[in-house]
Amino acid sequence: MPQTLYEKLWQDHLVHQEADGTALIYIDRHLVHEVTSPQAFEGLKLAGRKPWRVSSIVATADHNTPTDHWDRGIEDPVSRLQVETLDANIREVGALAYFPFKDPRQGIVHVVGPESGATLPGMTVVCGDSHTSTHGAFACMAHGIGTSEVEHVLATQCLLQKKSRTMLLRVDGVLGKGVTAKDLALAIIGHIGTAGGTGYAIEFAGSAVRSLSMEGRMTLCNMAIEGGARLGMVAVDEVTIDYLRGRPFAPKGEQWQQAIALWRTLRSDDGAEFDHVVDLPAGEIGPQVSWGTSPEMVVAIDACVPDPAREGDPVKREGMERALVYMGLSANTPIREIALDKIFIGSCTNSRIEDLRAAAGVVRGKKVASSIRLAMVVPGSGLVKRQAEDEGLDEIFRAAGFEWREPGCSMCLAMNADRLEAGERCASTSNRNFEGRQGAGGRTHLVSPEMAAAAAIAGHFCDVRELL
Amino acid sequence: MEKFVRLEGLVAPLDRANVDTDAIIPKQFLKSIKRSGFGPNLFDEWRYRDVGEPGQDVAQRPRKDDFVLNQPRYQGAQILLTRKNFGCGSSREHAPWALLDFGFRALIAESFADIFFNNCFKNGILPIVLPAAEVDALFVQVTETPGYRLLIDLERQRVVRPDGKLLPFVIDAFRRECLLNGWDDIGLTLRHADLIRAFEEQRRRQQPWLFA
Ligand code: SF4
Repeated sequence: MPQTLYEKLWQDHLVHQEADGTALIYIDRHLVHEVTSPQAFEGLKLAGRKPWRVSSIVATADHNTPTDHWDRGIEDPVSRLQVETLDANIREVGALAYFPFKDPRQGIVHVVGPESGATLPGMTVVCGDSHTSTHGAFACMAHGIGTSEVEHVLATQCLLQKKSRTMLLRVDGVLGKGVTAKDLALAIIGHIGTAGGTGYAIEFAGSAVRSLSMEGRMTLCNMAIEGGARLGMVAVDEVTIDYLRGRPFAPKGEQWQQAIALWRTLRSDDGAEFDHVVDLPAGEIGPQVSWGTSPEMVVAIDACVPDPAREGDPVKREGMERALVYMGLSANTPIREIALDKIFIGSCTNSRIEDLRAAAGVVRGKKVASSIRLAMVVPGSGLVKRQAEDEGLDEIFRAAGFEWREPGCSMCLAMNADRLEAGERCASTSNRNFEGRQGAGGRTHLVSPEMAAAAAIAGHFCDVRELL
Repeated sequence: MEKFVRLEGLVAPLDRANVDTDAIIPKQFLKSIKRSGFGPNLFDEWRYRDVGEPGQDVAQRPRKDDFVLNQPRYQGAQILLTRKNFGCGSSREHAPWALLDFGFRALIAESFADIFFNNCFKNGILPIVLPAAEVDALFVQVTETPGYRLLIDLERQRVVRPDGKLLPFVIDAFRRECLLNGWDDIGLTLRHADLIRAFEEQRRRQQPWLFA
């Protein structure tokens, strides 16, 4: 029978199944960071258990690390303790690779995994972090887990799972000029809603998805979780294989040949049936801007802030009204008239080299508007940063008035010193616009790197297509 | 993990859809390396008027009196009634830890976000999915009736309203067993250690590059 990609991956990792369908699934790659792992390592130790296979672990410190003044170390003592706890745990148990604070290869866990070749097609990839869905871009079964499950994977190399239903999200056609994978991701979430993918493993397919680079596919899969799906994935093709060739942890020589032959089978068979199919024509999607406090509250740049009065569902209407109050916006305001205080280009959604090139392309030779208090670029990893510097992108950003920072999660969730103050409004390339996400009382608008760059120059949102 | 068999408890209504994990426990409290002590900061931005930081004495902080969990009638609530897609957002287990630490053992909603739902079971919290119409009716009853309590009977998989109406719910047999017995997942999985080892060896032979 024809199988979907998800069914193939599931079958390939199934160790055991209980009568009610609860399955024991083998885990190939375990990514670890400082925030969700300390309690897991402690639990393991208290129970007198040993890690099952430390060569599955790739670890880095990213959420708490500062993005400037690295010479001063981590000044916040609580953050420092968390990072030091990770250091101590990894030193004690070992790992395939560890990129600690200040290591040249340190960075956001979802940037570091793929760029080192530690994420390979056909793997199960887990991490105590919901954006682990990013790695699905490599035809992996990749999803976030809680700390108890981190401990479970450490101890058993397996997870207890129920099979998800399958959703095919097909985007055919061509994305317009200035319309990116981020806009596609936001448009999809706007379409299906933040709970639209709950219980599903989504496979992104169609000609518009095929034409995305690996960076773009990672952006798309990264945001599957914002659509409610733990897993998002894209089938293997030559783009995947080209990206992986020569990466440090990718197979070499004869094993590479064996691997790519196997990887090429990692696609849904013709005629495979999905539980649900959604079609979205690529040509209808414009640059997106979120206006509210949930990623589904999103419209195209040429639209206005929606009017709750026109919403029929009372729970939804109340949610919209609350969001408008929090965001300090009035219904029917044109999106272009929204002025900004801060600009953040970074996060595991949009901090890869391609994102920085695209933003730099918009910024080149221009100046950040004087009304912008802070515009910052935070590369996803030390390697991205170095490559960008080799290409002179840092100079372009600096000359325009952007701050060029050290890698990390930074203002995506503001666990370090980078944050919004109450009432501040930010164009952000990250993935969540929840209340307080970027700082208590801060107001986040999710956009693509190009749109963030354009907003930095104009001081308010504008249609990047008019600048290209 | 503490067992969950029957719970008879006070219900607090949180009438919002899409309550995210950043709202349940804001990130500054994620810096802790412990599993406990998150209760005082549950829904921090909705409960207090100032900005919360780790290590504050919460008794001294100004509260938002109208927030539901600050109202005297809901003190001691063990059951949280809420709307669809509760727990969306991050995988932080600090969210269920904070709910548990505050005193909640059961949650009732039309739907829950996947990862959060899963995390609840690992901590002895029972998330119950009920149809929208029943959730609506419960909201009406809770708000109209001070001291409103529900009985949750996991063995028979039903919620019993004070007026005697029975609301059956569905739960995976495996998860139910684990909750009823307070079983530790890891211990259960390690019973299959031989199977895991055999699987791993075969995988290593077939795709050696995964084990580099
Ligand atoms: S960049 Fe943001 S979303 Fe990504 S892992 Fe870091 S905190 Fe999470």
